[in-house]
Amino acid sequence: MNRAVFAMVMALLVMPLAGPALGQDSMPPAPYAYNQLEDPQLEAEASALMHTLRCLKCQSQSIADSDAPMAGDMRHQVRSRILAGESPDQIRAWLIARYGDYVSYEPEISATTWPLFVIPVLVILIVAGVLLRRLGKRRTDEGEGA
Amino acid sequence: MIAEIGLAALWLAAALAVLQMVSGAAGLRMPEGAANPLAIYARPAAIVQAVLAVLAFMTLLWAFAITDLSIKLVATNSHSMKPMIYKLTGTWGNHEGSMLLWVGVLAASGGLLAAFERRLPERTMGATLAVQGFVALGFYAFLLLSSNPFERLPVPAMEGTGLNPLLQDIGLAIHPPTLYAGYVGLSVAFSLAMGALLTREVNPSFARVMRPWVLGAWVLLTLGITAGSFWAYYELGWGGWWFWDPVENASLMPWLAATALMHSVSVLAARDALRTWTIMLGVLAFSMSMLGTFLVRSGVLTSVHAFAVDPERGSFILGLLGLYIGGAFTIFALRAGAVAEGKRFALVSREGALVFNNVMLSAILAIVLLGTLYPLLTEAFDVRVSVGPPYFNPASAIFAVPMLLVMAVGPLLRWREDKPARIQFEAMLIAAVLIGAIALVSFFGQFPFLPLLGLGLAPALAVAALLPLRGRNLTRVPAATWGMVLAHFGVAVSLFGMACEGAFTEERLAAVAPGGTEQVGDFAVTLQSVTPVAGPNWTAIEARLAVSRDGGEPVILAPQARNFWSPPQATSESALLTRWDGQLYAVIGNQAEDGRWQIRVWWKPFVTFIWYGGLLIALGGVLAIAGRVRVDLKRRKAVARGGERRAELEALEAQPVPAE
Repeated sequence: MNRAVFAMVMALLVMPLAGPALGQDSMPPAPYAYNQLEDPQLEAEASALMHTLRCLKCQSQSIADSDAPMAGDMRHQVRSRILAGESPDQIRAWLIARYGDYVSYEPEISATTWPLFVIPVLVILIVAGVLLRRLGKRRTDEGEGA
Repeated sequence: MIAEIGLAALWLAAALAVLQMVSGAAGLRMPEGAANPLAIYARPAAIVQAVLAVLAFMTLLWAFAITDLSIKLVATNSHSMKPMIYKLTGTWGNHEGSMLLWVGVLAASGGLLAAFERRLPERTMGATLAVQGFVALGFYAFLLLSSNPFERLPVPAMEGTGLNPLLQDIGLAIHPPTLYAGYVGLSVAFSLAMGALLTREVNPSFARVMRPWVLGAWVLLTLGITAGSFWAYYELGWGGWWFWDPVENASLMPWLAATALMHSVSVLAARDALRTWTIMLGVLAFSMSMLGTFLVRSGVLTSVHAFAVDPERGSFILGLLGLYIGGAFTIFALRAGAVAEGKRFALVSREGALVFNNVMLSAILAIVLLGTLYPLLTEAFDVRVSVGPPYFNPASAIFAVPMLLVMAVGPLLRWREDKPARIQFEAMLIAAVLIGAIALVSFFGQFPFLPLLGLGLAPALAVAALLPLRGRNLTRVPAATWGMVLAHFGVAVSLFGMACEGAFTEERLAAVAPGGTEQVGDFAVTLQSVTPVAGPNWTAIEARLAVSRDGGEPVILAPQARNFWSPPQATSESALLTRWDGQLYAVIGNQAEDGRWQIRVWWKPFVTFIWYGGLLIALGGVLAIAGRVRVDLKRRKAVARGGERRAELEALEAQPVPAE
């Protein structure tokens, strides 16, 4: 319990500093960059969230898979905010507000991402159409023009 | 001098590709039976071209082996102090070298086809070689005009820049060549499909010629992806085995298409059905190979904008891609109507199940393609979006789950027509295992939906994979059937590994002072010491971790944090402790200010099954090739085999169902 309180205080202290510190190599890593939360439930929540956030300095890695200093700082942000009682969705929204949609691996339906959701629906319809045409035409004498 | 020989060989090979193309096409213009004087050159041209392209690659290999720093490519990608094995593998650890490997394999497979394939009608063979030559020509032009691997420096460099340390690994020796061989093996399937389409020879004997190439390419792709996944797993230091990274997707897409093609071509060979479908998948599979090459080789992935600023190479490949894919689909559209109808079949039949799964594989391919290309598309308009596991996993599962269920019962169905009631017992058994496993797992804890589903599907698929053997004399089961059983069983094994990794992984990240102990799963991990060590081109700190399971005898793990000096880069060398039921994955990180060391340890139950499964799938493919080749060599007629199989199935049905 003491440690949790201490961590929360630390998180509050570090948070205003974290902005300028992001991505700087020379600073030592933030406390939660490489340390887990005490509570396994919260850690699981944080870990699941971290796997869906992009490390902005790397190529195609989540912040849970990266040694980049910036990923470490973002992990620290996620863990300390989870500890402070924020929900994963709030943290994601905060990160998106800060870094843009690019930071989240989980695209949300928006003006720029709707094809990602519409096209799979179309694919389902096409698949159903193709299957019906190919497999459902037993009685007709059509050729196999799939 | 050696490099100039390589360059000359490459130009000569390009010239021979032109000859091959013209000669093959000339044969096509003549009526059946009449011989065109030009047509005889196609085969020799393909064979000599293969020798020259392989020679060109060998000269580059030599230049890397002796670190010839007067060659620009060697100077920018190698270093005299590198271990020999990484000097050699560095040959294809860069753009020009890997494209030369690509072209070398392309020419070699064309040469093999020309040298050994005697079953096809000469006109079809000519058309196939013409297409193969046309494809090769484009890539020779790409190498010679925009990525010459043999370019000399005006003044030789004093020392090379070195190779990205992440690539200085035995993984680089295995992964890219296997994958490239698979990619390019599909080029033969593509050329054969086009050749058959042009000469209207889409029939079972054509399918039997195509099948070993498709199977071979598919086996190599499977191995390449498996090796790549394991390489990423132990090299990147965070225990992830699949990232839905565009580069990985670039290898997955041809695999999906090749999997569909392989099943389709088997139906064509055995049943003379799915003619146009097979041709279309043949075109699609190689298109995905070329698209993968474009994605990985054009630099478009690093940044669309960097690509737009220096678009020479990228637009060259994009142009080739447009030419080949567009051309192939145009010919397909024009000729598909002329391909005579194949044999028809009922919804509930083995063909029906195969068609269903081919459509599902194509749908997964569409999802992966969309998720890979969409971010690139929006980036061109300055909108950056990320598409990652939270999108790919559920979107592909929508199609993968029905596919796996159909895969479970498909091999139990008869060809042409069957009644669902006949496999009632088997279907019930599979469903019972599925539901039972899910219920059992849910009883012990809360798990995410997809891993839970995977834990249910895996044992059900494992049982289903073995069911086609039920009631058969195991000594008389054909090798190809064993191949299918093994490959489907491998899917179950791999799925089990993935689901376990997703559901049961335990993670421990901590700062530990020497002497301190951390607990992860059943393991107590004690940091004994941290010492500096040095390798040929790196220095490192090495941790000695004493790992003991349930208080048993400790085992020493030695993960390293390496610093390479040329180019300067840090990497984590993870240490793995493999047990039959999983792997312990340990990484040493930085030292904190108070002197403690960051260690990361994971216990990943059954994670190894992911790659064992991949190997089983590939082994299944090898058995299928062996079986088919043996059958082909015995020149057994397909009809006789079909009759045999029907008789066997009837015998199977006649037996009473054992009460188990």
